[in-house]
Amino acid sequence: MTAHTAAKEGSFLAEVIEATPNGERLVHCLQCGSCGGSCPSGDEMQYTPRTLIAMINAGDRDAVLAANTMWACVSCYFCTTRCPQEIPITDIIYTLKRMSIAEQRYHGTDAPALAKTFTDFVEMFGRSYEAGLATGYHLLHRPLGMVKMMPMGMKMFFRGRMAPLPTKIRQIDQLRAIIKKAKELSKK
Amino acid sequence: MKYAYYPGCSLECNAAAYDDSVREVADLLGVKLQTLDDWNCCGATEYFSQNELVACAVIARNLALVEPQISQLVAPCAACYLNLKKTDRLMADHPEINAQVNECLAAGGLSYKPGRVTVRHMLDVIVDDIGETAVRDKVVRPLEGLKVAPYYGCQVVRPVADGDSTEYPMKMDRLLQWIGADVVDYPAKAHCCGGHMTQISEPQAFELIRRLLQCAADHEADMILCMCPMCQLNLDGYQARVNGFFGTDFNLPIMYFTQMLGVAFGLEPKKLGFGKELVSAMPVLKARLGER
Repeated sequence: MTAHTAAKEGSFLAEVIEATPNGERLVHCLQCGSCGGSCPSGDEMQYTPRTLIAMINAGDRDAVLAANTMWACVSCYFCTTRCPQEIPITDIIYTLKRMSIAEQRYHGTDAPALAKTFTDFVEMFGRSYEAGLATGYHLLHRPLGMVKMMPMGMKMFFRGRMAPLPTKIRQIDQLRAIIKKAKELSKK
Repeated sequence: MKYAYYPGCSLECNAAAYDDSVREVADLLGVKLQTLDDWNCCGATEYFSQNELVACAVIARNLALVEPQISQLVAPCAACYLNLKKTDRLMADHPEINAQVNECLAAGGLSYKPGRVTVRHMLDVIVDDIGETAVRDKVVRPLEGLKVAPYYGCQVVRPVADGDSTEYPMKMDRLLQWIGADVVDYPAKAHCCGGHMTQISEPQAFELIRRLLQCAADHEADMILCMCPMCQLNLDGYQARVNGFFGTDFNLPIMYFTQMLGVAFGLEPKKLGFGKELVSAMPVLKARLGER
């Protein structure tokens, strides 16, 4: 019997496994808590990764997708490398982010907006656009924060560390064709 | 040996000091870096949060652009490095991902065979390919008496460290010993700088930055040396905000390891991007290494 079949068909657990490369390791969780204990953002989380995995196992789909755990994750991969059962925990967090964004279950976080603004610029220029992020995203989502950012922004600008405009790649049409195809295929 | 070079978006402007010093040091060590023509953004963590296939396809375009006669791609940024390496690995291990990514690449007239390109970090190239003897040979100004804290961050050493520990990496420690520096051994050296959290939750990000600065300061570091532009930006750019937030008075220069390598090799500080850091390194360099 493969590990994969240990997840009941149609269950939330099976859904998460299906959407995560090497996700089948999830069924081997021992609830040891190494992940939560290693997490630098554990204090910020409603549920630590260990608890979240227990909730996935229990099929508590709504609570998992609405949790703030994913949005507090800083992708440091300590949970992943310390997991004695080799569960790709950081990648599972990414899967839950994608599900939460696709179904708009998140709340109280600007992380999805930041992600969207970031990738919109990539699709516009082929490169990321720091000044655009610093203005566009902040103006919309945290206008007060922007005032606090000004001294640092000015210092960065005067030290030549903030370009007013990004570079645009030559073959932006090629990149856009690749992205368009990827978006089509992921809808299937 | 010739390597394809993927600078990544940060190194174009915000981390130009890293780009300048990588190129200068590579040149001196005989590492031939050929910039990948028309490379695109790796998407950082932002595509993987939204759509895995788009993330992989965007990254794979860069792998596909590596010229056939070159088999290694060097990335100095931790996020770029991990994304490129991770995508190659995902394609190699999962035939269905490989097929889908190649279908996307085909829409742009490209293709990529997983495993064809080996993704490397600049630190690994210098330590593993160039090695101790060649590095020591180039030192004209050993950094004696300068207490440097090597800072590895996350994504170069985790989830997979290239011949190093994911818990307590030592490669930069060794490299800095070769150039005569007084290497600070401190427990936070592979802890997280907060990444993009400065843009989402400042209290959470500032606490992670504070812990790092505090740990290095407690161990009497003169400066912290980074190997990732995000780490440098968070520790240097936000240091004044962190001081304001916690009432601390950290004044730690945050430089790139390649900048101090360049100093030890006798290169001009100006050419190595000195002066772009917000917390100036000059006072401590003058105090420890003397007038230049």
